[in-house]
Amino acid sequence: MIKSSLPSKPKKILVDSDNSKAIEMRDAIVYNIYNTAEEIASKVVRKTESKDFSRKLDDILTSPLLGFPVMLLLLGVVFWITITGANYPSQVLATVLFWLEEQLSALALKAGAPAWLYGIIVEGMYRTLAWVVSVMLPPMAIFFPLFTLLENLGYLPRVAFNLDNLFKRAGTHGKQALTMSMGFGCNAAGVVACRIIDSPREKLIAILTNNFVPCNGRFPTLILLSSLFMGTITAGSYNSYSAAGMVVLMILIGITVTLIVSWLLSKTLLKGIPSSFTLELPPYRPPKTGEIIVRSLLDRTAFVLTRAIIVAAPTGFITWLCANIQIGDLSIIGHVSGFLDPFARAIGLDGVILMAFILGLPANEIVVPILIMSYLSAGAMLELDSLMAVKELFIEQHGWTALTALNTMLFSLLHFPCGTTLWTIAKETQSKKWAVLAFVIPTTIAIIVCFLVAQGARLLGIG
Amino acid sequence: MILVKNPVIALAGNPNTGKSTIFNALTGLKQHTGNWPGKTVLKAEGKFNYKGTTYTLIDLPGTYSLLANSLDEQIARDFICFESPDVTIIVADATCLERNLNLVLQVMEITSNAIVCLNLIDEAKRKRLEVNVEGLSQELGIPVIATSARNGEGIPELLEILHDVVNGKIVPQPRQVVYSKYIEDYISKLQPQLDKRLYGRLNSRWVALRIMEGNPKIIEAIQQYLGHSIQLPTLKEVII
Repeated sequence: MIKSSLPSKPKKILVDSDNSKAIEMRDAIVYNIYNTAEEIASKVVRKTESKDFSRKLDDILTSPLLGFPVMLLLLGVVFWITITGANYPSQVLATVLFWLEEQLSALALKAGAPAWLYGIIVEGMYRTLAWVVSVMLPPMAIFFPLFTLLENLGYLPRVAFNLDNLFKRAGTHGKQALTMSMGFGCNAAGVVACRIIDSPREKLIAILTNNFVPCNGRFPTLILLSSLFMGTITAGSYNSYSAAGMVVLMILIGITVTLIVSWLLSKTLLKGIPSSFTLELPPYRPPKTGEIIVRSLLDRTAFVLTRAIIVAAPTGFITWLCANIQIGDLSIIGHVSGFLDPFARAIGLDGVILMAFILGLPANEIVVPILIMSYLSAGAMLELDSLMAVKELFIEQHGWTALTALNTMLFSLLHFPCGTTLWTIAKETQSKKWAVLAFVIPTTIAIIVCFLVAQGARLLGIG
Repeated sequence: MILVKNPVIALAGNPNTGKSTIFNALTGLKQHTGNWPGKTVLKAEGKFNYKGTTYTLIDLPGTYSLLANSLDEQIARDFICFESPDVTIIVADATCLERNLNLVLQVMEITSNAIVCLNLIDEAKRKRLEVNVEGLSQELGIPVIATSARNGEGIPELLEILHDVVNGKIVPQPRQVVYSKYIEDYISKLQPQLDKRLYGRLNSRWVALRIMEGNPKIIEAIQQYLGHSIQLPTLKEVII
């Protein structure tokens, strides 16, 4: 089954030539060839079945009218299931893990361990790990199988097909829709996938903008923040719906920014005209449930979690040290976040949030755990045994508003890619220059967007 | 009877149509085949004997078209255009004929020595698609052989037809795409100009179309093939 992205009407295909007459001519030539092919095929091919299932489904999923709404609806449902489903196991995990922390504390007390050792191991490393597991595992364990299901069914190429036209209008390769979809899994993988784009110009654009869709490491952050905060805006029973809607909105913003930046790049730094291509839509396959669960749990959930844990333990260690080593009358965290604070406030965050993003460079997964750790060390000790406690920590003790949450989400969505992705970009483009640009462009955009949102909201008297 | 000593056969086709399977079936080679598009990135070469003639078979990269600029399309296009294989076999996927015909039509504009190998005919049957092979051959004006290369079906017939085309027993009369009137008008203005300069080295109708498109890469390739002593007319020159 193929959906050709070549024209069904003329004027859709573009070539490398400034001559508009030639372009028009080329469109017409291709159009004539396609018409002839269609005419011959219709004469000699007879289908016994009216239309196969796959075709019918594609007519809906990739229709110009319904394609987008269906896509948003599907994503919305996936996030809603994730958010609603993750609440309870998250609480159970948190309860269990923090009960274990109490036991560890008691044990350390009995053994007469020095305070600093106890601090590093229990308050630093163990607690960060506990947070990574209890905050991130449940949404991942639900979200990834669902996402893998969509992938397995063959839905992702349809997403790419729906977006193809928009990318062409942005002056880039339609295949970028595909590499962008890969980025939803992992931006580093998305960057490697850009190899499928032939033109170096279009490949670079795809690489530089891949980061604007949230990867597996950032989805948990977005899901957590929207379920914690977006619920506060709407009335109680609609919480999970508005939270799911918020994540969908973030994705939409991400795609929009991808398109705008791609367009800007293709008009400035990487000038040129899009080339045409044919996108093959693989047949829908009945999903293999067992395989999906195994794949998504092993390949994604375990992968992301392992990466988070590997980075979280040392980061927890460092964060604890930074929180507890006093220079003058302030901890290192206090100094750093105090230094970052004025700037961070201007873009609707606070010093600690910005610091968490910077420390999270090795892996986006650990931004929220660092944030929690830093807050905990700065404020009064709090029994963190449920997600609600996180909310309390953020709102009651550190003055978060819905605007703070929104800006944190936006910053997470748009900021610099993780260390692995940057390294991959340097490797794929064989140039440090593009890796630096891949850092600078998103970060600048994140700052500008957050600044505008924060200042705009303040002007309007919100937040 | 025309005797071609060591005929060169090009194997073209869309990605994932079983070109490499056909290649292996004909040459007896064990080139790696796989069920994904884009496996054959560069051209592979093999030889086989049929009725006392040694054929050289070139497996071209799978492409959907010959009009774009990606490396695989360039390789396929340059070979069919400039290396002038004695016969070009276009492997087409019977389960999605319409898409495959785009390439068939494009190849038929370049060379008249073309054969369509309608592969995956068994899969088409399973999908309850019935292709009128005879009708297709009449529509296209060139031989069409239905095959199921995986099972070796149709390969003997393909060899026989190939032999006949190479030896001039069968002379394909490929149907040409009829373009919109204004394009045809330009073609008829360009073609006589070209005929004077090409001396039959390239199909003048095809070159005319490429000039009208103004794709610099293709024009450059044509120019390089012809040598720079031959000046190609430009579209402007003819319009005025």
